[in-house]
Amino acid sequence: MTTRGPIARYSAFSLIKQSLTGQRWSRVWRHHDLQPSYDVVIVGGGVHGLATAYYLARNHGITNVAVIEKSYLGSGGSGRNTAIVRSNYLTPEGSAFYDRSIKLYEHLADELNFNVMFEQRGHMTLAHSDSSLRTMHWRAEVNKMAGIDSDVIGPPDIKRLAPAIDVSNRPRYPILGALWHPPGGIVRHDAVVWGYARAADRLGVHIHQQTEVTAIDVTAGAVTGVQTSGGRISTPVVVNCTAGWSSLVSALAGVRLPITTRPLQAAVTEPVQPILNPVVVSGSLHVYLSQTARGELVFGASVDPFSSYSARGSLEFAEGLAGHVLELMPSLSKMRLLRQWSGLCDMTPDFGPIIGMTPVAGFYVDVGWGTYGFKAAPVAGEQTAQLLATGVVPDLIAPFSLDRFGRGDLTAEKGAAAVGH
Amino acid sequence: MLLILCPHCGPRNADEFSFGGELVPRPGPDPGPEAWRNYLYTKENLAGWEGEQWFHLSGCRRFLEVERHTITNEIRSVRDVTEDTA
Repeated sequence: MTTRGPIARYSAFSLIKQSLTGQRWSRVWRHHDLQPSYDVVIVGGGVHGLATAYYLARNHGITNVAVIEKSYLGSGGSGRNTAIVRSNYLTPEGSAFYDRSIKLYEHLADELNFNVMFEQRGHMTLAHSDSSLRTMHWRAEVNKMAGIDSDVIGPPDIKRLAPAIDVSNRPRYPILGALWHPPGGIVRHDAVVWGYARAADRLGVHIHQQTEVTAIDVTAGAVTGVQTSGGRISTPVVVNCTAGWSSLVSALAGVRLPITTRPLQAAVTEPVQPILNPVVVSGSLHVYLSQTARGELVFGASVDPFSSYSARGSLEFAEGLAGHVLELMPSLSKMRLLRQWSGLCDMTPDFGPIIGMTPVAGFYVDVGWGTYGFKAAPVAGEQTAQLLATGVVPDLIAPFSLDRFGRGDLTAEKGAAAVGH
Repeated sequence: MLLILCPHCGPRNADEFSFGGELVPRPGPDPGPEAWRNYLYTKENLAGWEGEQWFHLSGCRRFLEVERHTITNEIRSVRDVTEDTA
């Protein structure tokens, strides 16, 4: 197979030259043959796996790294989420963690030399009840303590920021207020995947698509290698970044996880003129919506009511979603849905991720990302890379260790999506 | 749509049921904290045939044991938990 030369940097000049000469665009990352051994093997070519590979190479100089993906890059949750980022979480550890992620997202396009189209349009979480409004105040105060821009606003401000929202007394659940979080927004999720892949490739990381891990070799409690559909790789370190499939990959190493896989459905409408600037979320109505740069409205909901590895959409979802969206924005009643899809979420009992070491030496996990994995990808990759390189658990991810469940020390992160409150 | 053949009510939409998750063997009377938490949290999360508990919330309000394939969502068997398996 061919191994192409190093990938050129993008610049205004290179884009103009490309568009005038009409040359074919060069590959964004290269193909490599599977090597018999790597220092680190990352299972899962989504945004978490690729970010981990990138930060290993960039921050720690560890470049003999393989990212193994059974399908194509970003084929799982990375390309199926609703691309929302925010850091207004409920717990101090959650807020600090996601705040770091937003900071990394803010400079990501520049750092990766790839436009990830991060638009900080603001993130609005609506409250439809007194108890919900009380939680918003609680979250706002926790956020302010962490230095995060977050405050409670009333219906007049909601109307000003998003005029299409019905703030009258007409709906069944009238809007009483909202948690307003200006740094939140949307990112082009595929671009983040491709940007990390390209940047990691430039630094020497090998990306292997269409390669499935079939077994993980463990000898005397330590990882010695992985068996893949493309051959065996000898390695002392394996990182599981496989989201919805993480229980199955961990089971290959004999590690059991407190995870259940649930589908989460989303849908998109036909494109229209700009009508909605901020990201709008309603926990009570289990819906979040935003308008993409193309003009489509993207809707997401909570996870399906039962576990499954099936990524099929359901009519119940489309029906319930339409009803909830029209409660918020009655003017959308003539809009048509273009398509709906679903992604697999690895849900944990406490709505917190699981990052770090496992009882098997050399087997690490970056999983349990449930419905909030995309927004966390840069910080999760950065911190996982630091853990791999130094062997010391960084403070930011210390609350999210696997052994917290055995100790009964759960995180209680109810500020996660998919939780009605 | 997922249809569950309730032994008491006949075929019903899964909307009527509350999903109780995979069946995990209950530990003995004095399991110790670690075994108890393991029982509470750790899941097999199989991709394939899985034994599950469902509660017919909007129907007969009986707890059911359901065998479902977690990739295809096909259901192989449904029985009331109090039914004798022998």
